[in-house]
Amino acid sequence: MLSIKDLHASIEGKEILKGINLEVKPGEVHAIMGPNGSGKSTLASVLAGREDYTVDSGEITFNGKDLLELEADERAKEGVFLAFQYPIEIPGVTTTNFMKTALNKIREYKGLEPLDAVSFLGQMKEKMKLVEIDQSLLSRSLNEGFSGGEKKRNEIFQMAMLEPTLAVLDETDSGLDIDALRIVANGVNKLKNDDNATIVVTHYQRLLDYIVPDFVHVLFDGKIVKTGGKELAHQLEEKGYDWIKEEAGVA
Amino acid sequence: MSKDDQILEEFASKEYEHGWTVDFEADSAPPGLNEDIVRFISAKKEEPEWLLEWRLNAYRNWRKMAEPKWANVHYPKPEFEDIIYYSAPKPKDKPKSLDEVDPEMRKTFERLGISLTEQKRLTGVAVDAVMDSVSVGTTFKKQLGELGIIFCSFSEAVKEHPELVKKYIGSVVPSNDNFYAALNSAVFSDGSFCYIPKGVRCPVELSTYFRINAANTGQFERTLIVAEDDSYVSYLEGCTAPMRDENQLHAAVVEIYAAKNAEVKYSTVQNWYPGDKNGKGGIYNFVTKRGICAGDYAKIAWTQVETGSAVTWKYPSCILKGDYSQGEFYSVAVTNNMQQADTGTKMIHIGKNTKSRIVSKGVSGGKSQNSYRGLVEIHKRAENSRNFSQCDSLLMGDKCGAHTFPYIEIKNSSAQVEHEATTSKIGEDQIFYCQQRGIDEESAVALIVNGYCKEVLNNLPMEFAVEAQKLLALTLEGSVG
Repeated sequence: MLSIKDLHASIEGKEILKGINLEVKPGEVHAIMGPNGSGKSTLASVLAGREDYTVDSGEITFNGKDLLELEADERAKEGVFLAFQYPIEIPGVTTTNFMKTALNKIREYKGLEPLDAVSFLGQMKEKMKLVEIDQSLLSRSLNEGFSGGEKKRNEIFQMAMLEPTLAVLDETDSGLDIDALRIVANGVNKLKNDDNATIVVTHYQRLLDYIVPDFVHVLFDGKIVKTGGKELAHQLEEKGYDWIKEEAGVA
Repeated sequence: MSKDDQILEEFASKEYEHGWTVDFEADSAPPGLNEDIVRFISAKKEEPEWLLEWRLNAYRNWRKMAEPKWANVHYPKPEFEDIIYYSAPKPKDKPKSLDEVDPEMRKTFERLGISLTEQKRLTGVAVDAVMDSVSVGTTFKKQLGELGIIFCSFSEAVKEHPELVKKYIGSVVPSNDNFYAALNSAVFSDGSFCYIPKGVRCPVELSTYFRINAANTGQFERTLIVAEDDSYVSYLEGCTAPMRDENQLHAAVVEIYAAKNAEVKYSTVQNWYPGDKNGKGGIYNFVTKRGICAGDYAKIAWTQVETGSAVTWKYPSCILKGDYSQGEFYSVAVTNNMQQADTGTKMIHIGKNTKSRIVSKGVSGGKSQNSYRGLVEIHKRAENSRNFSQCDSLLMGDKCGAHTFPYIEIKNSSAQVEHEATTSKIGEDQIFYCQQRGIDEESAVALIVNGYCKEVLNNLPMEFAVEAQKLLALTLEGSVG
C-alpha cells in the first residue's frame, strides 16, 4: 500500500529525514517511535504533503501512485489521513459543515454524487458514538475553545467520517488523560480492517498498550535505526533511547 | 425562435418609445455641469418647479464644496467637466449578444448560476425587458398596493406621490451634506421609492430586482425609504453578479426614515466592476447612505457585503433620535488585486437609552487596501446609551493592507461604549488543515473566509446569504500568495 524509499527531506535548508525506508501493507499497524527531534513529525507532515518541507530525494508510492506528485488535498482524496498533533481552529466553521464539505469533495473526486442531508446526518450519528463525542461539540466552531482531549477526539471522529485507507496519527496521545486515551484508541481500533493501515507516531509506549502495533520502528536522527515487534516498544519504555543511540553508533 | 423569445425580441427592438425623447431633440446633454444642465435634466423628467429649485440649490452648494480628501484611498480626480450628466440610453452602443461580453465575466456568471436572460440584463445586452420579472413585478405590485405600500421608481414617485417625496427628500441627507451628496441631489437620474404606511408589516422582501425600471437608474441613483409608525420592511438592493457600467463615477444617495416603533432592514450586496488585475477601468463608488430613527423605539439595520468597485467610499449611518431607538451595522468588505475600500458607519446617539451595534469584517487580498472608518457619537442628552463595536480585519498574503479608524465622541457620562478590534492573517496552517481533509486550496480559503464573515452573512435574507457566500469565494480566487 505504502512504500517509502530512501526519503530525504529538509526544512529551510536543514536536512531532517536522511534516508527513510518503510513498507506498509493493508491491515497493518506500524508504530514510529523516537526521541524528540528525530524527525517523526516531519515524516508525518511529508506524507500529508505539507509545503513547508522540501523533499530532496527518494520516492513515496501509495497504492501505485507517486504521492509526491500530488497536492495535499489530492493525497487526502486518495485516502491519506493525518490526525494532527495540534489540531487547527477555524472560527465560524462548524465541524459538521467542515466534514460535509470535505466528504463531498472526496466523493466528487471519486465521481460520486454529494451525500444527501439525511444520509450525512445518519453517518454523523453513527461515527459520533464511535468516539463518544457529543453533538453539541460538532455544532461549535471547529476546535475553537475545545479542550486538548476534545480536539484529539474530534480528529478521530473526522477520521471515522472520511474512512481513509492510510491513517497517520501524529502524537495523538499527547495531552490526553487515561480515559480520553482509551476512548481515542478504541475509536482507532474499531476503524481498523483488512484493507486499511495505520501509522502511529508516538514518543511514549503507553498508547501502544491500546493500539497494538505489528511493527515498531525507531527513528533516530532522520533514519529508521531499528525495527521490531511490539516488544521493542516495551524495551524502549524500560531502557529509554540511549541504548539505541549506542547501537546506531552515533551517541 | 420560441414565442417568448419573439416577444422579447420585438420588445427589445422598440428603442424606448416611452417617455425619453418627448420634447427635446437632443437625447443627451453636452458634457460638464451648469445650471442649464440641471434645468435640462429636470425638464426631461417633467419635474415640478419645487424639485427643480431643490436641485438648483444643491447645485449651487456643490459648486462651493471641495472633494473630500480624508478617505484612505488614492485615485485620479474625476474630471467633473467631462462627465455627461444626462443621456438617454442608446441600445446601439450595447453589446448585441453575449458573445461580445468579456468571457471572464461570463465565466463568473455561469459559476454564480445566473440565468441567460439575467446575464443579458446585467451586461446591458440590448434586451431590456426581463419577461419573468415583468410578470412577477406586476403581481407583486398588486399585492403591495392592497396594503398601501408604495414601491416604485423615484421618477414615478415624483409624479404620483409628490407630497411624500417633497416631505422626505433631503430630510435625512440634506442636499448640502457632502460633496457627492450635493452632486447627486443636483443631477440624480432615478432610483427607488418605498413607503410603508402606519402599522403595516411588509410581507415580502422588497428587492429592486423586481422593479422593471431599475435597469437604467444610471450613475446618480437616489433611494428613499419611509416607514411610518409601527411598520416593518426588509429592503434588498444590489446583486451578486458583477455589474459593468460605462460610467466610472457612481455617487448614490440612500435615505431611510423610520418613525415611531418602525423597523427597517436594509441589505445590500455591491459588486460593481473592480477593474482588471491592475485596477484599470474599475468603478468609483462614492455613496451616502443614512437612516434616521426619528421616533421612539425605531430600529434601522444596515447589512452590506461589498466586493466590487475599484474605489469604495461608503458609510451607512444611523441617527438615533428617538428614545430607545436602535441602529445596527453589519458589514463585510472584501478587496482583492488593486481595489481600495474606505467604509464603515456612523452611529449618532441623540435620544435616551439608544443602542447601536457595529460588526465590521474586512478581508483584503492581492495588493488591495481596506479601511474601516467609524464614528460613535453620544450626545449630551443621550442618557444610558450603549454601543458595541467589533472590527475585524483578515489579511491574505503580504502585499495588502488593513486599516482601522474608529472615532468615539462621548458627551454623556452614563454611556457604555465597547470597542473590540482584531487583525489576523489567514493561516497557512488553516489552509493545510482543510487540504488534508480533501478540500482544495481555493475552497479552503472560501470556507475560512465565510466562517470569518458568518456573523454578518447570518443577517442577510437566506437566499441572498447563499449567493453572497458564492460571491466571496469567487472574489477571493487567487488572492493568497
